[in-house]
Amino acid sequence: METTTTIKPTFDVNEIRKSFPILEREVNNQLMVYLDNAATSQKPQAVIDALNYYYSNYNANIHRGIHTLAEEATAAYEATRKTVKDFINAKSTDEIIFTRGTTEGVNLVAYTWGRKNISEGDEIIISGMEHHSNIVPWQILCEEKKAILKVIPISDEGELMMDDPIAIGYKKLLSSKTKLVSIVHVSNSLGTVNPVREIIDEAHKVGALVFVDGAQSTVHLDIDVQEMDCDFFAFSGHKVYGPTGVGVLYGKKKILEEMPVFMGGGEMIKEVTFEKTTFSELPYKYEAGTPNIADTIALKVALDFVTETKKDIIRNHENALLKYATEQISAIDGLRIIGTAKNKVSVISFVIKNIHPQDIGVLLDNQGIAVRTGHHCTQPLMARFGVPGTVRASFAMYNTKEEVDRLVVAIKKAIKMLT
Amino acid sequence: MNENKTIKEREEEIVEEFSLFDTWEEKYEYIIDLGKKLEPLDDKYKVPGNIIKGCQSTVWLTSEFKDGKIYYKADSDAVIVKGLISMLIKVLSGNTPDEILGAKLDFLKDIGMMSHLAQTRSNGLLSMIKQIKNYALAYKSTDAIVK
Repeated sequence: METTTTIKPTFDVNEIRKSFPILEREVNNQLMVYLDNAATSQKPQAVIDALNYYYSNYNANIHRGIHTLAEEATAAYEATRKTVKDFINAKSTDEIIFTRGTTEGVNLVAYTWGRKNISEGDEIIISGMEHHSNIVPWQILCEEKKAILKVIPISDEGELMMDDPIAIGYKKLLSSKTKLVSIVHVSNSLGTVNPVREIIDEAHKVGALVFVDGAQSTVHLDIDVQEMDCDFFAFSGHKVYGPTGVGVLYGKKKILEEMPVFMGGGEMIKEVTFEKTTFSELPYKYEAGTPNIADTIALKVALDFVTETKKDIIRNHENALLKYATEQISAIDGLRIIGTAKNKVSVISFVIKNIHPQDIGVLLDNQGIAVRTGHHCTQPLMARFGVPGTVRASFAMYNTKEEVDRLVVAIKKAIKMLT
Repeated sequence: MNENKTIKEREEEIVEEFSLFDTWEEKYEYIIDLGKKLEPLDDKYKVPGNIIKGCQSTVWLTSEFKDGKIYYKADSDAVIVKGLISMLIKVLSGNTPDEILGAKLDFLKDIGMMSHLAQTRSNGLLSMIKQIKNYALAYKSTDAIVK
């Protein structure tokens, strides 16, 4: 029998780059090197086209209209839900709630599940490497309910202390008082991949639920929420080559069914009278008002793009880049990498002796290189490492070895100018 | 001496100096040099109350009101910001509150440093100018009450 080989055997980064029109842009008279992918990734032409096509051809409000455009728009919107379900391997599309992004996902759970289930003296565990989005909503909740927020300490390498002999690591923090563990899958500041599977197993042993912040992990790692057994998982579309303003909250069906509603309004109701309102079934129960139709539709295109390019092939490329960049960058005099965990993806954060990260950022920008500098919305983590912030380079599928070389040359030049 | 020059004249001086530079490297080396040469702020002024909010780097700003004129001193842990502060002080320090409040600071555009005025959280120049003008406004109103 003849076998067909339609799958591209090797990854051609130059081919991939052609799909991203923005990569042809010049910044400060040089071809831009975009290394701020952990903040947001660039969009393939297909995603841009999908947005354009929606508004040019079938813009309509979804779910209620009986006209052709409304049907088309509804079908496309719900097709994204199906794609997301497959992308993270949820059991059912009822478990996929569209949000504005990861932050809204955390807040939705804090405001609904949290307000119903957290009471005085209960404990919520987060880690020392959380984004402010996964700290502040729980802090607000704990303050309101007189509950206690506990923090898993971080090692010098930037790993979670799971069962450190001296420090009070994760396993020592867990108790029957623990109601929820909310943990970042991949650190946006360090690139550390956390052992979520182990964290979830341990939490479930004491009866606690686990929320996984997948803002950084979804684009790089294979996500299987059933295998992970997390109770909630959230990510943002714009970090997975999709548009801004759309994100996903996954929750186990039983939990979502029992949770009180978040926002009230259209779309999320079954019947409204002035005496009493009954609410829609999942997933509409949590999607009040006209949703972000266009961006949600385009998110499907982004996820399909990743799936067709193949996540493991992308990951191989990104890991090779990370390895190469780590070798090249660590060789620079006076440079210290913050976050040297064994299991890392995509991110290199560093500081340079006697130089403020912002100064490096300004001089890299002048050389056409986009990195992020500052605290990356993880101020407690920066305090842990005793730095005001870091310079962060983060990679995506379209970055190249040549771009890493340009980064290294540019850092050296910046150091020379500043000292 | 700088004292007798108007804000506009001081701005023009800086623009003239920058006109000698052909490359961004020369511009930034000049700013970095200004930053390094800026007289460090005495530690007693490096208190939370003097920190300008909205900067990725830490910027301290303090001022003194003498004979109807305001004198500024500032510092930062980032050298490029410090160089930009140094220019602002050179242009604005030693002027009356009204003169400072009326300063348009067009020189920042003319020397190609407008990007530092962009309203992003990572950038402090805008907050710095706002704070400089806040001081001027405060001195102006207290001066009026005293008089």
